[in-house]
Amino acid sequence: MKRHARFATAAVGVAALATVAGCSSGSSNTPTASAVPTLTGDCAQYQAYAGHSGSTVTMFGSILSPESDSLNKSWADFQKCTGITIQYTGSNTFESDLPVKVNGGNAPNLAIIPQPGLLQQMVATGTVKKPPAGTVANEANWNDAWKGYGSVDGTFYAAPMSANMKTLVWYSPKYFADNGFKVPTTWAEMMTLSAQMASKMTGPAKPWCGGIGSGTASGWPATDWLEEVVLGTYGGQVYDDWISHKVKFSDPQIQTAMQTVASWLQNPAWVNGGYGNVATIATTTFQDAGLPILKNECGMLQQASFYEAQWPKGTKVGPDGDVFAFKLPAVDPSITNPVEGGGEFVTAFADDPATQAVQNYLSSPQWADSRIKVAPGWVSANEKVDQTLYTDPIDQLSAKYLADPTATFRFDASDAMPAAVGSGAEWKAMVDWFGSGKSIKDVAAEIDAAWPTS
Amino acid sequence: MTTTTTPAAKVQQPLKGQAAVKAVRKAFSSSLASAAAVFIGIIWTIPTFGLFVNSFRSREAAATTGWWEAFVHPSFSLSGYNEVLTGGGGLAIPLVNSLAITIPATIIPIFVASMAGYALAWMRFRGSDFIFFGIFALQVVPLQMALVPLQQYYVHGLQIFGVTVLPSPGINGTIAQIWLTHTMFSMPLAIFLIHNFIAQLPSSLMEAARVDGASHLRIFRSIVLPLSMPAIASFGIFQFLWVWNDLLVAKTFGGTSPEMQPVTARMQSLVGSYGAHLDLLAPAGFLTIVIPLIVFLSLQRYFVRGLLAGSVKG
Amino acid sequence: MTTAYVALASSTLGQAASTLFGVVEAVGGFIAILLIVFFVAGRVTGRLQRPIAIVICLGPALFLVTLGLIIPAITTINNSLRNQQFLGQLKTKYIGFKNYTYAFTDPYTQQTIIRTVLWLLIVPAMAVFVGLLVALLVDRMRYASIPKTMVFLPTAISFVGASVIWSYVYNYKAPSLPQTGLLSQVVMKLGWSNPPNWLITVPLNTFLEMIIMIWIQAGFAMVILGAALKGIPDEIIESARLDGASGIKLFRTVQIPMIRTTLVVVVTTVMITTLKVFDIVFTINNGNFSTDVLARQMYADMFVTNQVSRGSALAVILFLAVTPLIYYNVRTLRREREIR
Repeated sequence: MKRHARFATAAVGVAALATVAGCSSGSSNTPTASAVPTLTGDCAQYQAYAGHSGSTVTMFGSILSPESDSLNKSWADFQKCTGITIQYTGSNTFESDLPVKVNGGNAPNLAIIPQPGLLQQMVATGTVKKPPAGTVANEANWNDAWKGYGSVDGTFYAAPMSANMKTLVWYSPKYFADNGFKVPTTWAEMMTLSAQMASKMTGPAKPWCGGIGSGTASGWPATDWLEEVVLGTYGGQVYDDWISHKVKFSDPQIQTAMQTVASWLQNPAWVNGGYGNVATIATTTFQDAGLPILKNECGMLQQASFYEAQWPKGTKVGPDGDVFAFKLPAVDPSITNPVEGGGEFVTAFADDPATQAVQNYLSSPQWADSRIKVAPGWVSANEKVDQTLYTDPIDQLSAKYLADPTATFRFDASDAMPAAVGSGAEWKAMVDWFGSGKSIKDVAAEIDAAWPTS
Repeated sequence: MTTTTTPAAKVQQPLKGQAAVKAVRKAFSSSLASAAAVFIGIIWTIPTFGLFVNSFRSREAAATTGWWEAFVHPSFSLSGYNEVLTGGGGLAIPLVNSLAITIPATIIPIFVASMAGYALAWMRFRGSDFIFFGIFALQVVPLQMALVPLQQYYVHGLQIFGVTVLPSPGINGTIAQIWLTHTMFSMPLAIFLIHNFIAQLPSSLMEAARVDGASHLRIFRSIVLPLSMPAIASFGIFQFLWVWNDLLVAKTFGGTSPEMQPVTARMQSLVGSYGAHLDLLAPAGFLTIVIPLIVFLSLQRYFVRGLLAGSVKG
Repeated sequence: MTTAYVALASSTLGQAASTLFGVVEAVGGFIAILLIVFFVAGRVTGRLQRPIAIVICLGPALFLVTLGLIIPAITTINNSLRNQQFLGQLKTKYIGFKNYTYAFTDPYTQQTIIRTVLWLLIVPAMAVFVGLLVALLVDRMRYASIPKTMVFLPTAISFVGASVIWSYVYNYKAPSLPQTGLLSQVVMKLGWSNPPNWLITVPLNTFLEMIIMIWIQAGFAMVILGAALKGIPDEIIESARLDGASGIKLFRTVQIPMIRTTLVVVVTTVMITTLKVFDIVFTINNGNFSTDVLARQMYADMFVTNQVSRGSALAVILFLAVTPLIYYNVRTLRREREIR
C-alpha cells in the first residue's frame, strides 16, 4: 500500500512538472516532455524526476561533515539515475552567509534553512521561489505544526527535512542502576531524584551538568531550557504567543518559567557536575558538558538528540549502555506530551525544472527513507517514512515522540523569533544570567528591549 | 629630527675598519640580551606548544586534564593527524588550492601597489597627496561592508541608478574573483607601506637616471622595484599570511564545489556539525601553520639580504 | 594506511598539478601584460610621457580601491541613515541620524566604545613595545632567527586557531579538579588556591583578551621594525659608540630617531588592525561578560541580529575614529618630506 501511494505522489509530481514546463514559455532550455527518457531497472523509481540530465543544482546549508557526507550518499542513486548533479556546500556561519549570497545575486538554487525566522526574512526579500506543485502535493507528509513552520503568512514555501528532538535528558543507565535511581516520568519525580542524588554525591559530582558555551552562538542551550519549561508549563498557545511577542519576557508567566529554570539548573547544590559552580555553565562548551556523566561526576544533562555525536568513540548508547536518554517530563502534568524540536526547511531560490525535481525528491518519503538507511543519527520530519528503518535507539526514541499524534510539538522558539532576539539578545542575556548572576527581571527587560520595532 | 639621515648619506659613507664593526656586534650580542630574547621567545611559544601537545592527545584527555600532564602520563596518538590527512579526500588538494589562491593574491597586489606607490612618491602632481592619504584612510573600511556590493558587481556589473556603468567581469564563481577581492582589500596597507619605503629612496638616484634619459616606467622597473625589495618582502609576508588564513573571502566568493576549497574551509568542514570533531582542530591547525612558516623563514633571509644589498649597492 | 596515502597521492597529483599550472599561467600572464604595457608606453616620448606613466601606475590601484572600498563605504554611509534591519529588506526609509543618536545614548554601546578606546591605547603600545624589544635584542645576535621565529609564530596562526590555543591557557575548572588551563595551573602552583574564572571576571577578561591580540601583533611589529633597524648603517652606531653612547642611551639617541617613521607606520597599522579586529572577541566569548568591542558589535548588527543600519552607523563611527590617526600620519610624513 505504502509503495503504491508513493508512486501516486510521484505521478502527481510529473504532471505538475509538465504543467510548470508548459506554462513557462519564456525559458528556452526546458526539456520538452517528449525528451524525457524512460528509466529502467533500479532507476525506474526515479522516473518522476527524469529529463534534466546534465543539470547541476547547487545547495547550501549549515550541515557539515560527517552529516553532509551522509546527505551526499543519500542522493547518490538519484544523481546517477537522473543525471542531475547536486552540489552541496556547508558552512558553519550559514545564517550570515546566506543573506550575503542572496543579496549579492549569487543565491544557491536551494538552501537548507534551519530557522523559521530566517525563512521569513528571506521570503520578505522577495527572492524565495514558491515550491513546485510536486512538493506542495507532498504537504500531507507533515503535520500541521511542521507545515506551519515552513510557511510564511499562510503560504507554504519550504518543505521540512530533518527533525531533531530537544526534549531529552541524557543519563547513565549503569550509574542509575548501581545506585537504585529510577528514570523519572514526572517533573516532581525528577526534582525528588535530583535532591536524592545531590545528597548521595560527593566531591565535584552533582546531579546535573550543563554547558552553554558554543563560540559565537553561546547561550543557545539555555534558551532551550527556558523553552522546554515554557512549553511544559503553559502548553502550545502561550508558547506561540511568546514567539510573536504577544507574551513578553517580562510577562509573569515567562518570569515564573525562568524561576523554574533557576531553581533547576542554577541550584548550587545541583550543578555543575564535573565542572564547578553555576557560573561554569556559561563557560563550559555544550560539546564537553555531558562528558562527566561517563565518569559518574554528573547525573543528568538536558540536551537534544544530536548530542549523541558528542560521546567519545566506543561509548555505548542504549537502554543498557553507557549513556541513554529519557524524555524530559512536562512541568505541569496537565500539558500532554510537550515536545520541542528543531529541523531544517528546503528553500528554493531558483525555479528551473532540475531544481524543482530535486526539491520534489527531497520532499518525498522515498528520499527520507534513503537518508535513514545511510547512517543513524538522523530523524525525518516526514510522517510517511518507514519507522522500522530507524536502527539507533536515540533515533527510535526521537522518532516515536516526534511522530506521536498526541504530542504538543513546537519548534525551537529562539529559531522562530526575530534574529535580533533569537540569535542575539536572548543568547547574550542567557550567558549573563548564568555567568554573572544577573537578575531574572533584568534579563527579561534586556531581551524585551531588543525586540525589533517594525 | 635633525639626526634623520637619508639612505643617500649612508651610501656615501665608506665601510670602516672590520674591527670596529666587530666591537659593535660584540656589545649587542651580550649573553644577557640573547637570554632575554630567548626568554620572550619561549613565553611567546608556550601557548602554541600547548596546542601542539594536545594535537597528539585524545579529545577526552584534552578536555579533562591539562596538556602538561601528557609528560607525566604519556598517551600519544597520531589518529587525529591520520584523519586530517586522509579523511574526506585528504588535505592535499585543499593545500594546493590555498596556494593557488594565496600566491597570485600576494604577487598581484605587490605589483599594483608598488606602481601606485612609485607614482605617488616620485611623480607628484596636484592631488597626489590627497589620493595617497585617501587610500590610506580607506584601510579602515571593514571587509564585511564590501561583501554584498562586490558580489553584486561580480554578478551584475556596476550599476548606478539602474544603468550599467561597468559590465560584470565574467569571473563569477572562479578563483580569479578571490584574487581580485584580496587585491582590493590589500591596497591601502600595501600602498602605504611600499610608498613610505619608496619615498625614502635617495633622490640623487632618480635624478641621475632622469639625466640619463630614462622614462618613469623604466626607472620604476630597473631601479625602484629592485631597491624596494625589503618593503615588498615585509608586505608580502603579511599579505601571504592574511590570505592564507582567510575564510570569509574564500567562502563568499569561492565556487561552491568542494574541490575548490582552501584549507581554512576544509578545516571548518572537518570540525563538522555541532563541533563533532573539535579534536581535529589542533592537528589541522598545525598542518596549516607549516607552510606560512616556511614562507616566513625563506622570505626573511631574502629581505634582510635585499636590504643590505640595497644599502651597499645603491 | 600507507596504501591509502599512495592511492590518495596518485589521484590528487594530476589535479594538484593542473591547479598549480593554472596559477603559474595567471601570474605569468599578469606580468607579461604589465611588461607589454610598459614596453608600449615606453615608446611614447615628449609631453604625453608623464601623464601616461601616471595613469598606468596609478590607474589599476585607483580602480580596485574604488570598486572594493569606496563604493562599499558610500553604501555603508547611506545605509547608516536608513532604518534597514536585514539584508535585502525591500521597504526602508531615511531616518536621519537616529542610528548615531542610538549608538551614543545606548548604555551598552557606550561601554563598547569606551572599551574599544582602551584596546586602541593598550594593544598597539604593548605589541610595538615587545616587537621593538625583541628586534633590538636580536639585532646583532648570532642565531637571531630562532627567537624571531618564535615571536613570529603567532602571526602565522589564524584568529580561530589562536582562540583554540588560548582556551588551553584561560580555561577554568573548579580548584578541586585537575586543571586544563595553564594560567590557573601556574597561579595555583604559586599559591593562589582559588583563582577566578578568568574569562568571566570583569574587567580582567578584557585585558586577557588584549593579551591575545598583543601576542599576535608583536610579530608584525618585530619584523617591520627589525628590517628598519637593520637598515641603520653599522657606521652610525659605531661612531655613536665612539662618542660614548651605549645601551639605553644608544637606543634613545640613535636608533629610535633613525626608525621614527617606521615606528609611526607600525603603531598606526597595529591601531587600525586592532580597531577592525573582531575575530578574537567574537570567538573567545562573543563579546559576552562586558568584553564587547565596536567591530564585533558592528559585525553582529550587520550579519547576526539584523540591525544593518545600526551596524552601518557603527562602521562610520569606526571610520571617523581613525581620522585623527591619519591626520597625525599625514603631518609626520609631510614634515619628513620637507626636511628632504
